[in-house]
Amino acid sequence: MNTHYGTYGGQYVAETLMPALEEIADAFDGALRDTAFQDELAALLADYVGRETPLYFARRLSARTGGAKIYLKREDLNHTGAHKVNNALGQALLAKRMGKTRLIAETGAGMHGVAAATAAALLGMPCEVFMGEEDVSRQSPNVERMRILGAKVVSVCAGSRTLKDAMNEALRDWVASFENTFYVIGTAAGPAPYPEIVKHFQSVIGAEARRQILEKENKLPAQVIACVGGGSNAIGIFSGFEADKNTALIGAEAAGRGLGTGQHAASLCGGSLGVLHGSKTFLLQDKDGQILDTYSISAGLDYPGVGPEHAHLRDTGRARYVPVTDDEALDAFNALAQFEGIIPALESSHAVAVALKNARALPCDESIVVCLSGRGDKDLAHIRRHAEQNKNQ
Amino acid sequence: MNRFTKTFSRLRAENKKAFTAFFTVGNPDAETSLQLILKAIDAGADIIELGVPFSDPSADGPAIQASSQKALANGMTLAGALRIAREIRKKNATVPLVLFSYFNPLLQHGLERLATDAKAAGIDAMLVVDLPFEESGELTRFLRPRDIALIPLVSPATSNRRAKKILKDAQGFVYYVSVKGVTGVKNDRNDIGDIAAQVAALKEITPLPVLVGFGISTPDDAARIGQVADGIIVGSAFIRLTERHAGAALLEKTYSLARELKTAVG
Repeated sequence: MNTHYGTYGGQYVAETLMPALEEIADAFDGALRDTAFQDELAALLADYVGRETPLYFARRLSARTGGAKIYLKREDLNHTGAHKVNNALGQALLAKRMGKTRLIAETGAGMHGVAAATAAALLGMPCEVFMGEEDVSRQSPNVERMRILGAKVVSVCAGSRTLKDAMNEALRDWVASFENTFYVIGTAAGPAPYPEIVKHFQSVIGAEARRQILEKENKLPAQVIACVGGGSNAIGIFSGFEADKNTALIGAEAAGRGLGTGQHAASLCGGSLGVLHGSKTFLLQDKDGQILDTYSISAGLDYPGVGPEHAHLRDTGRARYVPVTDDEALDAFNALAQFEGIIPALESSHAVAVALKNARALPCDESIVVCLSGRGDKDLAHIRRHAEQNKNQ
Repeated sequence: MNRFTKTFSRLRAENKKAFTAFFTVGNPDAETSLQLILKAIDAGADIIELGVPFSDPSADGPAIQASSQKALANGMTLAGALRIAREIRKKNATVPLVLFSYFNPLLQHGLERLATDAKAAGIDAMLVVDLPFEESGELTRFLRPRDIALIPLVSPATSNRRAKKILKDAQGFVYYVSVKGVTGVKNDRNDIGDIAAQVAALKEITPLPVLVGFGISTPDDAARIGQVADGIIVGSAFIRLTERHAGAALLEKTYSLARELKTAVG
């Protein structure tokens, strides 16, 4: 199994957790070779999650750009409203296979927390979700959902009170509880074997999307675009097209108020090499190696690191990563709502923004596939507050 | 002979156990943390761990988290920690100094430059919380030529097979993490039998002294562990004193806790 991606990745954790990671790697290895496990997951993805998700041609949005056809991979139509459930269910089944009786998870926007809470309810396990205090307030509908699903939401007051602090707290819980507890990591970051596990469970997005675009267009897309915080939906959809050298893979990072302002969360576009949360990757940090507070309108992208494989894909040139500001994401959010009747998550809106820009420069017989990773219901109150704040300034 | 070898031979000759004290440098401020360390040495600390503050101490409990945040707010850095090491060395030439850090601040300093600077500052070892054996090669290649040890950690979850691998070429001492959890958690009195068995098993594997840390805060804890291991490491208990006391009272409380722990460990 891959533990490193070029110079990135690895297992930078306390010694106490090393045997726990080894146990997970062994169990995952076994699960990959076990058709009963694969069948159980496939059945749940079909009947419970509602896969496969459609690949939708956004006709009016595309016409507006006058360029390439924009297709949306509708992960927002999954049960629980985002791609996160693909991985949460997979990891929860793995936990069950290992005989673990309790799940913990970190969450930013709350979509992974909801997905983990959902999987826990489905499998009859108790679940605790760690969430930064700042995110608890800006994503309150998801907090309610997790509580209704029976999960305990732990509000984390340390540090910047966002996703990174939630992950620290989850790690602190896990180092004391790993004997009976499985840590369901939601993003493509963390120590090995997590980035590989998350990629595997999210690769269903890319496998479906590739088949679907070939059915509809009879040729591969010019570009595949996904938003990147830690990068789980991106690594999932990229994996389907990695070998298709003529398809550009593009990650949209959160540039917040602009890369120049220092108020952003674009680790690859504006960060440097470091080690955080178990892996060596690109980070937003100061010269002393202290992790910086990040900012993005979107809680799910508000993270100072990025999955190690993305850092490697950037180095090899296989993927490129571009910054998208809050304002650009909000414009894309409104465009998708008003031209297609789809309200996207703020995270996914970053990817839509890049598609709108890039489609203009491509001929109309080419296509772009955008991973619409989640739906935007959770963001409505936050967007209203953001608009009011801007008006008052 | 390096400072570890000398310290442990002296302790053996005196039939004594090692008492290691941990302080977050820069907490409550740089000068006070230096004074606290000097007090602990006066009171009989055999080894000092200098905790470099990190913004995301995911292996630490509330006390060390809070002390790290305070130290960072005071502007403490890795370079500042090395300055404090040099100040300690002006007063004391013999106590082994362990630089205790998460990996990222070390990486940003530059690992080769770090090894050179640490040697110049009189550092004898490093302990890197989130750098397990598998990832440690990129640091030890610069430490070994300078006779700086990388202190290996072993936990109750570490298998015998894994412990053998970790301890094969280890130097300094073995840090046995006695509790599955973060720093500062309460040690269960009933675990002493397990700890004794684990320490004995480790001593079959390595000639290095085995010191026990995590969850040791009182003279009573020190006395129990002192019976079964080569020494103890105490951190959070000293940090908690800095939360409740200041000035002369803090120095005095630190001195007496260190004195009591040194006496109790035997």
